[in-house]
Amino acid sequence: MSAKATLGSAAPKIRFREPQIEMAHGAGGKASRRLVEGLFAPYFFSSSLDPLGDAAHLEINGARMAVTTDSFVVNPLVFPGGSIGELAVNGTVNDLAVSGAIPQAIVVTLILEAGLRTEILQAEIQAMANAARKAGVRIAGGDTKVVEHGKADSMYITTTGLGAPLPGIEINPRSVRAGDKILLSGPIGDHGITILLARGELDMEGDLRSDTRSVFPLVDAVVQAAGPAVRWMRDPTRGGVATSLNELARDCGMGIILFEDSVPVRDAVRGACELLGLDTLHIANEGQFLAVVAPELADTALKALQQTPGGNEARIIGEIREQPAGSVLVTTLYGGSRIVDMLVGDPLPRIC
Amino acid sequence: MKYVDEFRDPELINKAAEEIRRLADPNRHYRLMEVCGGHTHAIYRFGLKDILPPNIELIHGPGCPVCVLPMGRIDDALSIAEQPDVIFAAFGDMMRVPGTNGSPLEHKARGMDVRIVYSPSDAIKLAKMNPRKHVMFFAIGFETTAPSTALTLQRARAEGLRNFSVFCNHVTIIPAIRAILDSPDMRLDGFIGPGHVSTVIGCRPYEWIAQNERKPIVVCGFEPLDLLQSIVMLLTQLQNGEAKVENQYKRVVPWEGNRAALKAMSETFQLRPYFEWRGLGFISQSALRIREQYAEWDAEQRFQVPGIRVTDPKAAQCGEVLKGVLKPAQCKLFGRECTPENPVGALMVSSEGSCAAYFNYEHRKAALVTTIGSAA
Repeated sequence: MSAKATLGSAAPKIRFREPQIEMAHGAGGKASRRLVEGLFAPYFFSSSLDPLGDAAHLEINGARMAVTTDSFVVNPLVFPGGSIGELAVNGTVNDLAVSGAIPQAIVVTLILEAGLRTEILQAEIQAMANAARKAGVRIAGGDTKVVEHGKADSMYITTTGLGAPLPGIEINPRSVRAGDKILLSGPIGDHGITILLARGELDMEGDLRSDTRSVFPLVDAVVQAAGPAVRWMRDPTRGGVATSLNELARDCGMGIILFEDSVPVRDAVRGACELLGLDTLHIANEGQFLAVVAPELADTALKALQQTPGGNEARIIGEIREQPAGSVLVTTLYGGSRIVDMLVGDPLPRIC
Repeated sequence: MKYVDEFRDPELINKAAEEIRRLADPNRHYRLMEVCGGHTHAIYRFGLKDILPPNIELIHGPGCPVCVLPMGRIDDALSIAEQPDVIFAAFGDMMRVPGTNGSPLEHKARGMDVRIVYSPSDAIKLAKMNPRKHVMFFAIGFETTAPSTALTLQRARAEGLRNFSVFCNHVTIIPAIRAILDSPDMRLDGFIGPGHVSTVIGCRPYEWIAQNERKPIVVCGFEPLDLLQSIVMLLTQLQNGEAKVENQYKRVVPWEGNRAALKAMSETFQLRPYFEWRGLGFISQSALRIREQYAEWDAEQRFQVPGIRVTDPKAAQCGEVLKGVLKPAQCKLFGRECTPENPVGALMVSSEGSCAAYFNYEHRKAALVTTIGSAA
């Protein structure tokens, strides 16, 4: 930044006034949004008014590229259906994919706690290599730091991903129109509930696996089928479907109607949520995504999704309406309805 | 999912709603109180107000244990937990309840050892895993959760567990209902009776409501169909000029209650002469304390308790909302200073609190539902 530009720009307007950082600020819900929009964005993106997406799309010397980064602090490191290493690759791959980019390369930062067993580290490195191969991305480099015993929980991983934007589409919440349909790639809540059960703190068992996977083949199927009719996509990780759709509602200023009976949820997830008083719409996913598609091509996109391996449980779960502006309303078959807000607080910390 | 889906069946729900419309006298306004916070939550969660005729008004009662707990109790418990090597263990819905200097969660962020447990026996597990620390379980709830605390106390004594205690805030439902009925600004036609509490105490303790107060009460389950069926039963009684105790929740609630649970409670607890309720003030013989034989596991006897009393923030009208005199949105702070994220009053914290339920599920919706119509 030049000195002139600094002098010319006003001091950033900081709206974040909370005295300390709480777990909720990292939970992906309301508090996270306040932190990012109220403290980070004013310093980092002073000129940009664009809604915050899953990856930044940049143009450097005429070449367009997508870039994103994500950190993984999941506890436990290994859980049914995956592990921290696999999550670290797929999470970043998925952020690129739903921003409308083909994932290309990843760089990896490892923060390791002194005393970590080599075989545990090796298993995660192997898991990352396998996940990268499966997702078709190259691991291009990285960095390693070791901290004293007790200063990190075995290991934390940060992955930064580069992608090539898919031609012919633009993912932007402001392009969303009333009447657009909302597609969901498969059943929700598997990851969050799997982690909760894997911690063994509850006397509950369930036959569940994390849904961690690259969603790029599914995203690609939707984009190939519907092209520019794809207006917006997101992978509903922390904070779940409810939080992602609330962000969309706020960013586009429209209302979102969800048909509760159309949202696919496995019985084990529903059962656990009923027992624990959680809303399945708030539970994290690591291998699903939401897409808003113009109505005329929504069925075509859905069919393409369902015909792609791993997409057979995809459904249209709702639509965009003028009202209730900025909110998500869930309707039931018997005519009841309720507002579903973003996740508040953090019922399940450190799930990814 | 068994025991859930059949009670959410759209066809049966529509039938029950039709029956309610048929029974409700259009020239009459019905004020029915759901005593239990679980019912309040279910009413909003399933959007049941949308399918009830407008002259059936549901009033939210005092049956949310987190909501009725005065702030001083939280301060007292946190002051114990500030001592070195104490772990504060509580259910998740206690975590964001504000004390004078912040909620347990905020204390945790500042370094206090605060853990979420899902049952009191998890707290015992925690104590065994941390033999050098003292685990204090913050016990809360009506007769629904008191038996599990009672069994935990018995177990701690039987096993001679030395590093474990209970900070007991258990309250009893009947005095709260009596306080509501004694309140001069309250006119009610009937009660949707507590479901889970009644699995323990049974239906007999409500008989005075029918006999002396001449109000019908129907003990009710927590699924949409349970609530609608209970309203049908209440309307039928009102139509016939009756006032009886009825049990809609027979699949769970035995008329005589659960004797084993009551026995465990009476062995470990005794009534406190009086206890402070948020919004309702001091109510005599309305709460439980731990018996002398269990003093070693009673945090209030084992530690110095400052006995802090805090008046609620003046502008917050939790008391009126708790008694059903005001609707959540009529409180001056609702949705502005007081939100689920930054709660001023406890009714905004627990998912069973009427303010949180109203804010989460109903707020912003009210004027819009008619324009939205049914699902495509």
